[in-house]
Amino acid sequence: MSPYSLMILLLCLSSAAYYLGKKKAFAVSADVGGARQLHSRPTYYGALAARWCGIPALILFAGWLGLEDHIITGMVVSELPETLQNLPADRINLLVNDIQNMVTGNIVSREVDDVMRAAADHYRHLQNISSAALAVLVLAVGIGGMLWVRSRIVPSLRARNHVERIIRYLLIFCSTIAIFTTIGIVLSVLYEAIRFFHAVPVTEFLFGLKWSPQMAIRADQVGSSGAFGAIPVFAGTAMISAIAMLVAVPIGLMSAIYMSEYADRRFRDAAKPLMEILAGIPTVVYGFFAALIVAPFIRDAGTTIGLDVSSESALAAGLVMGIMIIPFVSSLSDDIINAVPQALRDGAYGLGATQSETIKQVVLPAALPGIVGGVLLAISRAIGETMIVVMAAGLAANLTANPLATMTTVTVQIVTLLVGDQEFDSPKTLAAFALGLVLFIVTLLLNVIALHVVRKYREQYE
Amino acid sequence: MADPTHSDPKLISREKRKTVGDITVDNPRMTCRNVNVYYGEKQAIRNVSLDIARNEVIAMIGPSGCGKSTFIRCLNRMNDTIESCRVEGEIIIDDVNIYGRDIDVVPLRAQVGMVFQKPNPFPKSIYENVAYGPKIHGLSQSRAELDEIVETSLKKAGLWEEVKDQLEHPGTGLSGGQQQRLCIARTIAVSPEVILMDEPCSALDPIATARIEDLIDELREQYSIVIVTHSMQQASRVSQRTAYFHLGDLIEVGKTTDIFTRPKHQLTEDYITGRFG
Ligand SMILES: Nc1ncnc2c1ncn2[C@@H]1O[C@H](COP(=O)(O)OP(=O)(O)OP(=O)(O)O)[C@@H](O)[C@H]1O
Ligand SMILES: [Mg+2]
Repeated sequence: MSPYSLMILLLCLSSAAYYLGKKKAFAVSADVGGARQLHSRPTYYGALAARWCGIPALILFAGWLGLEDHIITGMVVSELPETLQNLPADRINLLVNDIQNMVTGNIVSREVDDVMRAAADHYRHLQNISSAALAVLVLAVGIGGMLWVRSRIVPSLRARNHVERIIRYLLIFCSTIAIFTTIGIVLSVLYEAIRFFHAVPVTEFLFGLKWSPQMAIRADQVGSSGAFGAIPVFAGTAMISAIAMLVAVPIGLMSAIYMSEYADRRFRDAAKPLMEILAGIPTVVYGFFAALIVAPFIRDAGTTIGLDVSSESALAAGLVMGIMIIPFVSSLSDDIINAVPQALRDGAYGLGATQSETIKQVVLPAALPGIVGGVLLAISRAIGETMIVVMAAGLAANLTANPLATMTTVTVQIVTLLVGDQEFDSPKTLAAFALGLVLFIVTLLLNVIALHVVRKYREQYE
Repeated sequence: MADPTHSDPKLISREKRKTVGDITVDNPRMTCRNVNVYYGEKQAIRNVSLDIARNEVIAMIGPSGCGKSTFIRCLNRMNDTIESCRVEGEIIIDDVNIYGRDIDVVPLRAQVGMVFQKPNPFPKSIYENVAYGPKIHGLSQSRAELDEIVETSLKKAGLWEEVKDQLEHPGTGLSGGQQQRLCIARTIAVSPEVILMDEPCSALDPIATARIEDLIDELREQYSIVIVTHSMQQASRVSQRTAYFHLGDLIEVGKTTDIFTRPKHQLTEDYITGRFG
């Protein structure tokens, strides 16, 4: 039986368990004087039966599917002739791959001999046994669970409490998935980064001034020993993010002030959705806007006033990234400005303050911590942004303070280091993980600070 | 027992809702004539005329939603901040109609200050809260002068003794009653001539309320005070005149003692004897 039909069967079985449980609950309640005498409402007994039918079977199902391949492969390999079994591990892997390919009917990389064919048949045979066994076991567990609960349904069974506890465990399970994924990602990045730091010292990575991650492919190759000083890359990130913030913060903040304090309803209703469209444009599109329009424009403008501007410049990338972040800053600030109580504005107006005095001296100072938090969040967005920079700022890691030069950022370097490579063991590819780790720490710190600031602001009016 | 039809406000004809009592006073500080206020299509105040005397406390009472807040917010044009609000009629202070053309609301609001229902100190220091008004109106030449204004205002508001050692602390950290007195000090600091108070004690406990009532009594020597209150005891304790509003109409005005002992209008009597509202 295929896993899909088994799943559907299991679902049907759980529904049946629900109705059986509910019926049983009504039946037992009839003896003691009606459903009111039950500890929980009858549906809870049904739900309890359904869960005991479905969940253990599901766990078994998932565990079986996870281990099946491994066990069958082991059994097939142990049946292979002596000569093949003594091959080195990577050759055996290839062999197993081929057998699996034969089983699924894919093209095989060597000519098919009898041994192979026998192994493939054996594999197929084991698979059939396994799926049949799985079907029987899962259904047995499901039915067993259902019958067990059904037999235990008495008026005093605390079905509601049980169901609620199961639901709570389910919620805990789901929330830990996110946590464990995060931990897993961090650990794997950390692990690879540590491997990198075996090849390149931490201090050289963090404080080195030269970034050119080309490694010699052969030992006798000359002139490409590679340099892994991350400073130019981080400086590029800082420069481009700073340019982006110089664009996004004033424009975003002022548009938020206009929207929340001055604009009338009609304008706000029209302008807000437009802003949100700006936020919805994919960053690739911003990227070619930057590369095809803004960068050439800056270069031409620079040439007319006698400046030497490369066709890919930090300025172009920063400007476009800033435009991308405007809606982010403005909608966050808008929310925060709107959260300033009207009573504060009334207080200022009541003293004879003008509208601009009220905004400058009362509303903005009250909203400032929240706005700072929003800006910090925006900075972490800018730091993480990749596409625009790939397309508009280039790949060369220049350490310079000139925004008109080509520059590169951390995320861009990670992409270029990993694209096209399959093996993750040279310092070149491992460097990507080290960059990722540092970037992660930086944005994490920014987010923590931002959240802290925002939370502090929230307490102020309570 | 009153005629039962009179107890139902909807059954009382327009004729019977003409203001009774004397709306005028000698030498008034402010004069309101035929004031109508609309929120969009809806009329919230109907043809109200009333004088506000010098050195008096006048109380506005009436059931919830009858337009007390709307009316006193007309007196310093705070209604301007509400988009849908429209005011007709004349409100005169110093021979000028404040709803006339070319009127600047900034000096008007310095002249007619306002204290709100909920204390709303700015999230700044106590000092800054009081100094804010004088600063924006340029009332002081020097820091010393500003210090002087802050001190006298806090003293008049009866808060000085409690906060003189913590002027740099945030105003939002004070207790509710202290905050309300801080807001009164803030209003006094711009030397207004009229102070509007919209239920200034409704968020306060009886002790803080008593302090503010004493304060209002003292302030009367220098200012005219218009106070909205839901407490008839408070109205009779602090005010000299009382105005009773009902569904946007000014029903009765008179000496507070008269209103509470010998109301002339049936609606007023029903309200103060607790028959509705
Ligand atoms: N901003 C507004 N927009 C529209 N209608 C309003 C607005 N403010 C008040 N109103 C309406 O105007 C009428 C008078 O309201 P107002 O706030 O002046 O009553 P009030 O006497 O102060 O009541 P309360 O004693 O509850 O404070 C009410 O019917 C109210 O619904
Ligand atoms: Mg009110």
